[in-house]
Amino acid sequence: MSSSRRICIVDYGQGNLGSIRNMLARVRARCEVTSDADDIGRATHLILPGVGSFDRGMQAIADRGLREVLDRKALVERIPVLGICLGAQLMTQGSEEGTLAGLGWFRAETKRFAFEPPLPKLPTPNIGWRHVRAARPGTLVVGLEDECQFYFVHSYFMATDNTDFVALQSDYGHEFAAGLQWHNLFSAQFHPEKSHRFGIQFFKNFLNV
Amino acid sequence: MFETRKRIIPVLLLKGPGLVKTRRFRSPTYLGDPVNTVRIFNDMEVDEIVLLDISVTPARKSPQMYLLRDIAAEALFPLSYGGGVTDLDVAAQIIESGFERIVVNTACSTHPDFVAHMCNELGSSTVVGSMDVKSRWLRGQSVFVSGGATLVKPSVLDWAKRLEDLGVGEIMVNAIERDGEMIGYDLDLIRQVSNAVSVPVIACGGAQSFPDLTTAFTAGASAAAGGAVFVFKGKHRGVLIQYPRQSDRNEFL
Repeated sequence: MSSSRRICIVDYGQGNLGSIRNMLARVRARCEVTSDADDIGRATHLILPGVGSFDRGMQAIADRGLREVLDRKALVERIPVLGICLGAQLMTQGSEEGTLAGLGWFRAETKRFAFEPPLPKLPTPNIGWRHVRAARPGTLVVGLEDECQFYFVHSYFMATDNTDFVALQSDYGHEFAAGLQWHNLFSAQFHPEKSHRFGIQFFKNFLNV
Repeated sequence: MFETRKRIIPVLLLKGPGLVKTRRFRSPTYLGDPVNTVRIFNDMEVDEIVLLDISVTPARKSPQMYLLRDIAAEALFPLSYGGGVTDLDVAAQIIESGFERIVVNTACSTHPDFVAHMCNELGSSTVVGSMDVKSRWLRGQSVFVSGGATLVKPSVLDWAKRLEDLGVGEIMVNAIERDGEMIGYDLDLIRQVSNAVSVPVIACGGAQSFPDLTTAFTAGASAAAGGAVFVFKGKHRGVLIQYPRQSDRNEFL
């Protein structure tokens, strides 16, 4: 099975591709870093990384002509897709950070940490290691113990009324969705590529989908 | 709801191919190979590491990309890099190799437009502004760039605000006179800078023990950084890489 696996990290010019490639090498998975629609079209697993602003990310996907192939892989072929950080937020319908529509694969919105009273005003971005817990059993949480922690850097988070999507939860001032899942679509607000053994397990789980 | 975990950050100094530790920014002691050291910190599940190349800026050299790639390929934790980054292409290459953040210090004085541009292009959370502070005879504290060699005119707090205005996502404050001395943080300095800016502050310089790291948080820092405290053991300063275990952290933090 692993020999027929084609993992593509989508390079749309936004983000930390090296860390993800390094982590995949660590779990002995070969991957391509590509912005080529044909390469992406042949993928069996897609990783949508990203650091930076929402509109810039959406614009970069549009500029590279990747929207169609991404939609096809995610929604028609339904291969496993993992969005990380900004990549996760792009999978929602839109963000308070920008004006462009998101990919809209999740019926969720990306919101900014606001901490209206009576919530304590915490510094943003939320940077550091935070506890993450499974909202429900699922593919991504196999082997992750209760005490697992992941590394976060973000000022915006994924918000949804539909808790069926919510796979992982964390807290920063209030509870928020640290990861969403809907069938073949996975997202992580944190950086599993920089999260020690928890990150290794997380990637193994994704690649086993 | 649980307490948020406080960040504890070893700052490692690169000089040529090896890691060193300085005292008051001088007399570097050789510690060992950076890739091996990163492996040890992997095993210790370190929160993150700041790697500063202290040899490139004085020599006007560029970052050692081949070495940075080897280091990043090993790290299972977030990495920041500082040293000689004055153009966006180089910054992007470092990020692409697997670093999370770029640290700028001298460039905030010599290339402020570049720093602002980088914050804009790579995102604020990708850029850490670092400032080194030292006392001047009868004049209180001032900020120095170029490894402590060049005074900048604005006051400490004005400089901190200037870094924030340039768009950096975090500010690292280092007390030059406490560097490597293990005599405790400059808590007044940490308190003042933390109060003056709204971005997170990383405190550095002087940490003497693991429980001492807490004092930085009490003074308002978001992260406690150190050098000697993570690499030296005992009064003879024998080289030993060490980092608090999760279970111990719960006791003193």
